[in-house]
Amino acid sequence: MTEETVPAPSRGPLPFVLGGLGLALLVAGSYIGLFRAPAEQHMGDVQRIMYVHVPTAWNAMLAFTFAFACALAVLWKGSWRWDCRLEAGIEVGVVLAALLCVQGAIWARPTWGVWWDWDPRLTTTAVMLFAFIGILALRRFVDDPARRATWSAVATVIAYADVPLVYFSVRWWNSLHQMQSTPETVSSPFHLPLRMNAFGVLFLMCGMIALRARVSALRLREEVAPPPAAVARAAAPGRP
Amino acid sequence: MTLVTALRKDALLQWRTRARFLAVLAFGAVTLLLFSFAAGPDAASLRRHAPGFLWLALMLSSTLALAETFQAELEQRAIEGLLLLPASPRALFYGKAVANAAQLALLGLALVPLAVVLYDAPVPRPAALAGVIVLGAAGLSAPGTLYAAMSSQARARQALLPLLLFPLVVPVLLSAVKATALLTTGDPMGQLRSWLMLLASFDAVYWSLCGLFFGRVVEE
Amino acid sequence: MSAGPGAGVPSAPAVEADGLGRRYGRRWALVDVALRVPRGAVVMVAGRNGSGKSTLLRVLATAIAPTRGRARVAGFDVTAERDEVRGRSALLAHASYTYEALSALENLAITARFLGRPHGREALRALLGEVGLAERGDDAVETFSAGMRKRLALARVRLQQAEVVLLDEPYGQLDPPGFRLVDRLLGALREQGRTVLMATHLLERGADLCDLGVVLEGGRVAWTGPAADLPGEGVAASGLAEGAAS
Repeated sequence: MTEETVPAPSRGPLPFVLGGLGLALLVAGSYIGLFRAPAEQHMGDVQRIMYVHVPTAWNAMLAFTFAFACALAVLWKGSWRWDCRLEAGIEVGVVLAALLCVQGAIWARPTWGVWWDWDPRLTTTAVMLFAFIGILALRRFVDDPARRATWSAVATVIAYADVPLVYFSVRWWNSLHQMQSTPETVSSPFHLPLRMNAFGVLFLMCGMIALRARVSALRLREEVAPPPAAVARAAAPGRP
Repeated sequence: MTLVTALRKDALLQWRTRARFLAVLAFGAVTLLLFSFAAGPDAASLRRHAPGFLWLALMLSSTLALAETFQAELEQRAIEGLLLLPASPRALFYGKAVANAAQLALLGLALVPLAVVLYDAPVPRPAALAGVIVLGAAGLSAPGTLYAAMSSQARARQALLPLLLFPLVVPVLLSAVKATALLTTGDPMGQLRSWLMLLASFDAVYWSLCGLFFGRVVEE
Repeated sequence: MSAGPGAGVPSAPAVEADGLGRRYGRRWALVDVALRVPRGAVVMVAGRNGSGKSTLLRVLATAIAPTRGRARVAGFDVTAERDEVRGRSALLAHASYTYEALSALENLAITARFLGRPHGREALRALLGEVGLAERGDDAVETFSAGMRKRLALARVRLQQAEVVLLDEPYGQLDPPGFRLVDRLLGALREQGRTVLMATHLLERGADLCDLGVVLEGGRVAWTGPAADLPGEGVAASGLAEGAAS
């Protein structure tokens, strides 16, 4: 790490504003999705899980993409601030990916009669979930903060580059599955709640990442000594 | 030039520690045996799963082999000594990754006869199978060498290497198992080519990426 | 910081550091070190355990990067021109930089090949003879004692033929014949006009072979001057070097 001082975390209310806004959107969108929107023709009420499942899927990938961008910034600029954001991005991404896998199982059980149906997107998410849990473990087991930052950034780039490879290998491996659901492929009464929830999860995620990055910065300031004060005493009292 | 020197160094090192290779091979053999207890003794089921068991055994053994080879660099910080000469970290990486790929390929080839005996798996095209094993071993070795460099300097190193490596090499496992199965049981749809392409792309991506980053990992 | 005798050599100094600092997480191992060593000088870097001697040598050898400040070795910057510095410096570290499963000869042969100066077996055997390991050349290094590893590491340093030689506790773990071996090596390096920085807490050993002395304390330079005036052990251990100042 080339940056000398770990910058103090910002203190503004932005994460709470974002989180509150996200939560409000999520509650409103879910209410419309659950009680106002019509039930889907073929799948009935089960299909309503889409209102959280699809937004979670988008945002989980977004969180890992954000972590990837942070990793590049750490490697290029060597700044602690990006290391904190990297940690936050991975951790929030792991939470979202875990939620996604659980939702996927809940969706698969009534729809296909199995808990897990090896859908390429869901399976890719599960693989990435474990890849990024591995990176969190790596961060936990490396004590030197500078090494930890570089190594986890390298591991993040390596893991992120795997996403298309995992996706295509799983898709070919299990080549019978329905197309993904996006607002374009579902009919219009479903658009509004889906969009509201997508932005709700997005704002909530941004707030959580910002807040988590602050925690990382506070921890890092404990672990990394500040630059030494200007030389307090003469460097060479003995001058022959 | 430095690459040849590095490769020569790692080849010598692996030759000197060949007893460890035999231990890893024995471990792989035991896993093959255990798989047959878990899925057997129905001969048809064993035969169907033989490619998967072979690659799982190789993957499990690979973490042992990879961790061992990096341990030799750290005992007396030999790799730091070479970097200070200076030796290019990229040459050191590729030397070690090639040596590791060769070792894993050898391990895989040595496990094949055992899989044939235990699972009664046919091997109609041995040369092609050897090619798949080499490609798969290369896919395990590049990220494995990089992650071994990290994990062997971290706490909890035994758990860390497989935790980092296994999710990453899912495409290697899928494509190598599929390719092996298509080779042994026939390929009516002509899918072998696309699986080999996928495996080769994985190798290309990770042999370049890991070589790029090795310096950042080993320099302090 | 002026370095006394030998300063003012027209070419760039062998070692030049300014505001050099290195942090290990919560701890600063090196703080604001300023140093100027003229070419050809033999410098003793003294100080207690944990005073930053090893860190200083490791930063100068580019084994670790400095956290702040700058340093030039043989005229090259340790961060921006790392490979140039590496090609012109040799570090005798705490670790012996050996592969334990390989023999002493094989280890030296690997070093020589990476240096781009492959040596014949006989040349390497002669080098091992110089450090008193002639009989053990074909034995795996894992069978060596700590002192023998040190001797092998010394042979490796000789092989590097570096302009700037950084020796971290060269006398450590050696027997009396080993001490004389280091003394001879220092003498030879001096004759060849090489610059040597030697970290040690054994002031009684080697001080007469050095031109300059630097005392580190808590990661800072506490004293510099001619090696002959190096503050004695009692002074170095008690805190500052007031004794030398008066």
